[in-house]
Amino acid sequence: MNIFYAVLTLGALGGLFGIVLSLASKVFEVKTDPKLDLILDCLPGANCGGCGYPGCAGCAAAILAREAPVNACPSCSGLQTSRIAAVMGVEVKAQERRVAFVRCSGGDRASRKFERYVGIEDCVAAMKVSGNGTLDCSFGCLGRGTCVRACKFDAIHINAHGVAEVDQDKCTHCMQCAKACPRHVITDVPYAVDIVVPCANLEKGAQAKANCSVSCIGCRLCEKNCPTGAITVQDNVACIDYSKCTSCGACVAKCPRKLITDIHATGKVEPVAPVA
Amino acid sequence: MQWTTLFDIALGAILINNFILAQFLGICPFMGVSKKMDTAVGMGFAVIFVMGLAAALCYPVNLLLDKLELGYMQTVAFILVIAALVQFVEMFLKKAVPTLYQALGVYLPLITTNCAVLGVVLLNVQNDYNFIESVVYGITGGAGFLLAIVLFASIRERLEFADPPKAFRGFPIALVTAGLMALCFMGFQGLRIPW
Repeated sequence: MNIFYAVLTLGALGGLFGIVLSLASKVFEVKTDPKLDLILDCLPGANCGGCGYPGCAGCAAAILAREAPVNACPSCSGLQTSRIAAVMGVEVKAQERRVAFVRCSGGDRASRKFERYVGIEDCVAAMKVSGNGTLDCSFGCLGRGTCVRACKFDAIHINAHGVAEVDQDKCTHCMQCAKACPRHVITDVPYAVDIVVPCANLEKGAQAKANCSVSCIGCRLCEKNCPTGAITVQDNVACIDYSKCTSCGACVAKCPRKLITDIHATGKVEPVAPVA
Repeated sequence: MQWTTLFDIALGAILINNFILAQFLGICPFMGVSKKMDTAVGMGFAVIFVMGLAAALCYPVNLLLDKLELGYMQTVAFILVIAALVQFVEMFLKKAVPTLYQALGVYLPLITTNCAVLGVVLLNVQNDYNFIESVVYGITGGAGFLLAIVLFASIRERLEFADPPKAFRGFPIALVTAGLMALCFMGFQGLRIPW
């Protein structure tokens, strides 16, 4: 008889709560747009914050409210973006894919000869120890991994020279590394570029040369040899206008510092096809 | 109503028999949501909220079970009550107090089957607390949880910058830290108030 009471009581309690909950779900119903879940499904779910909203759910809500464009997520592939656009019923223009790029290649070639940093392994902390951190160059990458920890996609790593390097295939252009970098040495470039100038040193030639063996000294040899006028020296450092660059490699061959590099090492002469 | 009794209960729940560091209940959220200070604070307040409500709601349910001589069904019945309560509270907050819902956010459903919440209602029965004592025990038990998780989160934020041996990085060193904190809290065992 006892077990009968037990089953009856618990059954009654369960039934009561069930009824109360189902009533409550009607009474306290908050209407959410079914599109919200559809959009959320298309987003990567890494909550990287690259869009500027609090996580993917925040971004989905903003897209739904038309506060953000359908391609607000910098980490989404074209396919995902077009699916979001389909949900929202708008067209999306194809965008050029861009990736993060570290404007430094110095590392151990610019580090101070008679100092050793033994503090917290963090660029912000290293910056605070001494004005230039641990480099002779006051512009370069400190290589203490603040950007590596900021990256949600495992796309940036410290290379053998102690400089952060972006894995272009993994990079989603959320630019969290650039925000984390206390040196502001990370920018972005189009995904398809071949020729890069990995230096951000704005000092005059002699000083730049003394501080690092792979710095841009602003000699203008690249500028003079560029057939399309794509590369110019601005503030003592070479800058490439990628709308003009044909990846011909003339600057790579002429650079006396072996700084300008062809990252894909193709050395092709014909112009690259424009990115879809 | 003896204020001193209530004070005794509160002191016991927060310091002497702290739910996490002395009774080892609710370790899962303690380890899981203590990586950052702000999430730890959010979780702590959500626990206070749910523990207080659960203690209040489980009291009449226990009376009912006692009347039907079904005391051995406590655990099952309380799990049912707490799960339903959390669901209900979540729905209610979403509609009525969206700001609080946003603040507690994901932590509310996380507590549904938290053993600290279940522990508080079972201990209420064990200690023969009346209604007010139960609610005080629930809320202060939650406050003890908040204290422990906030202390732990502040230590873990510093641990991020520590350089322990590789095998100890992450959870192992956090568990060692939690053990040391529990040892410290054992120091409160001798605390008595001579009324």
